[in-house]
Parts: sequence; C-alpha cells; structure tokens
Amino acid sequence: MRITVEVNGAARSADVEDRTLLVDWLRDGLGLTGTHVGCDTSQCGCCTVHLDGEAVKACSLLAVQADGCSVVTIEGLAARSAGREPGVVSGGLAHPVQRAFAECHALQCGFCTPGMVMASAHLLRRNPDPTEAQIVTALAGNLCRCTGYVNIVAAVQRAALLVRSEGMQR
Amino acid sequence: MVPFEVRRAHSVEEAVATLGSARDARLLAGGMTLIPALKHRLSSPSILVDLARIASLRSIESTARGRPGLWRLGAGVRHAEVAAHPGLNREHPALCALAAGIGDPQVRARGTLGGALANNDPAADYPAAVLGLDAQILTDRRSIAAADYFRGMFTTALEDDEVITAVEFAAPRSAVYRKFPHPATGYAMAGVFLARLASGDLRVAVTGVAQGVFRWHDAESALAKGHPLPRLVREDLLEDMHAPAGYRAHLAGVMLARALEGFPLGEAG
Repeated sequence: MRITVEVNGAARSADVEDRTLLVDWLRDGLGLTGTHVGCDTSQCGCCTVHLDGEAVKACSLLAVQADGCSVVTIEGLAARSAGREPGVVSGGLAHPVQRAFAECHALQCGFCTPGMVMASAHLLRRNPDPTEAQIVTALAGNLCRCTGYVNIVAAVQRAALLVRSEGMQR
Repeated sequence: MVPFEVRRAHSVEEAVATLGSARDARLLAGGMTLIPALKHRLSSPSILVDLARIASLRSIESTARGRPGLWRLGAGVRHAEVAAHPGLNREHPALCALAAGIGDPQVRARGTLGGALANNDPAADYPAAVLGLDAQILTDRRSIAAADYFRGMFTTALEDDEVITAVEFAAPRSAVYRKFPHPATGYAMAGVFLARLASGDLRVAVTGVAQGVFRWHDAESALAKGHPLPRLVREDLLEDMHAPAGYRAHLAGVMLARALEGFPLGEAG
C-alpha cells in the first residue's frame, strides 16, 4: 500500500508491504534507528514513538495504520526542541527530557532510553507536574533491565522542572 | 507474519461486506492483541479489515433521552479515552478506573472496547464490566445481551461477518472493579466487577479465573441475603503455569472481599 506519513515534521511517502510494522519502516525504510526493537512482543516499550501525539508501541502497529498520521521519533524530539530542521540532530540543545536523563544518569546501556524518553515526554505534555506514582504508572509499559528505575523516575521529575521553567514543544 | 492485505473500511456496512468476502478475513481494531498474534502466526488471515477510520465507532455518548445515566460507547473507543472521559468519570468511575488499568499506557492509547469484547480473552477486564452491568452489545444487525454474548474462551455469540458497533448500559448506582494483575503481563489472575444496578440488583462478574467471564451467582445471592461469602466452585477453573485452579478460586474471593470494602451494600432496592 502507498502511504504518506508526516515523520518528524516532514512528509514521507513510500510503498510498503501491508504487513510491514511501523517500527521496521522507520528503521529500515527511513533509517531512523533511534527507535529500538527490544522484544517485538509489545512488552518492553523500547519502540515507543508518538503517533498523532499519543505514545504508542511501533512494533505493534502496521505502517499502513499510520498512513495520513503524524509520527515523532526520538530523532525528531531533539530536533524540534532545539528549533532545528526536523531530523537534524547534533550537539545542540536536546529536549528537556533528554537533558534530564543525562544529568540524572538515568541510563546505563541506553537501549531502553529512546522509549523511556518518548513515554516521559508524552507524560509531561499531559501532566507537567506528575507525582512519583504518576510517573511510575506512565512508564509501566517501558522496561529497563539496568537501572532499577530509580534514576529514571528522578530524571522525569527533573525534566518536569525544566519543562515548567522552559516550556516544551513536544 | 504471513503476508496479508489490509483493506480500510470507511463505514460499518463496508466492513461487514469486506469481512464476509473471504473466509479468513479478520477485523483490525486497535491491534494490540491481533498484531502480536499475527507475528506468532497464531492467526494468519488473508485480509485485515481496518476499522480505525470509521468515525461513527469513536463516540462516547450519554443517550439519556429521559432515562438517567444511559451510556453508549462506540466499539472503536480506546481504553485511554474511556479512562479520561469527564462525564463517564462523574457517573461511572468504576468503568473509567477499569479502563485505566488495562495493559500499559501505550496499549491503552490503541486498544479498543470492541476489540476487547470481540477477542473475549478469559483474563480481559472489559468483559467483567459488560457482564456485570447487564450491558447490551450492539452490532451491525442486532443487540445482544451480555448474558448471551460471552461463550467461553475467545468465543462469543458474534457471527463470522458481524461487527460490534457499540456497547450500551445504564450507569449503576454503584460499582467497583478489583483485580489481581499478573505481575509480568498485567492480565487479571482474578478480577471481580461488583455492581448495584439501577434496578437495585447486585451483580458479581468474575474474569481471569475460568474459561470465560461468568456471573458468580452464589456470591450474589449470599450478599443479597447477608450470608457469608461462599467458596467459588466451578468445573471450568483455569489452571496453568501461573496458578492452580484452587489458587485462582481463592483469589476471586479475595478480590470480591476487596471490592466489598466501602461498597454500599445497605441500599438494596
């Protein structure tokens, strides 16, 4: 099926096999390999992206289901927040959630981090001042096998402070 | 995944026609169960009929029309939408809380009421609410009472080419849902939906414990008479690597006891 999806602010069209997963099209079709495939069984949340503003697991969606929709991946989060061209990621100002994850050492191996960041950014857009319990609930669909989650929760709390003082586009 | 073709339906009629056009066509709602099943080749349809673009399936309406508290939820309504709906939260917070406890946030952003009911997983949450509320399941061709709809594990009264369009129910006087989620999957090891209906009748619907959702009649009559809660006795209790049958039956009693904490039993009508 021919699909057109707005990915990180730019319209992208492609002919995809109907069974193509959204995450596979993002990674293999568009080269956006920041979205990870951890489990492929919708448990781990590493593949979390924003679909029309909602955090979803891109391994459990077909690319054709995203036709006509807007998708933001971890690559687009940083670019938009820095006011750069969509898709351009460099050493510039990262998204507040990304900076907070670095400051709070909220990652060890980093594999789950893109999904954690996308889920956290989605939470903060809805709720800029979440409680610890709300953060834990919001991240229930994201697994981390390194950190024990303590620093991840601290990072989201830190990011909430940053967002409240600086604002956030996404 | 075995290759398949996705056909996008723009109306319920189109969905019914496409579904009936091939023996192995299947409906795609949120896909939170179906897509993982396709990956495991537990399901290998040749055609998927995508329902997501049918706007009429996406509404949450209070259809009072003189009757207080009557609600109609479109089959395509997502769990997150039910959880966050202001009017439903005022009139029927138990249903919103149930929806807020399904899966995880990403699953709730996609998973739908109709999809959950059509799938009828024996450990799904919504069937307990739908049975416990005496809801009607509306389809493209008829209205099915919840008591007639659920037919056991992954089995329903739906015909092969029938499409759920909405669920209709009267808000209960009071209701509560308590579940013991499996620590890894979040699915109910036992879930109890306790409701005092507008008619005054008590309902106890149980999920996660047997081959399918069921009303625990012995508990309903014990509560109505003020008797001690009975032990759950059934022939079709689930038994698997997670829990033996006796443990699940016990958990159902524990969940009912938790549901009863603070529940206004005294206001029988």
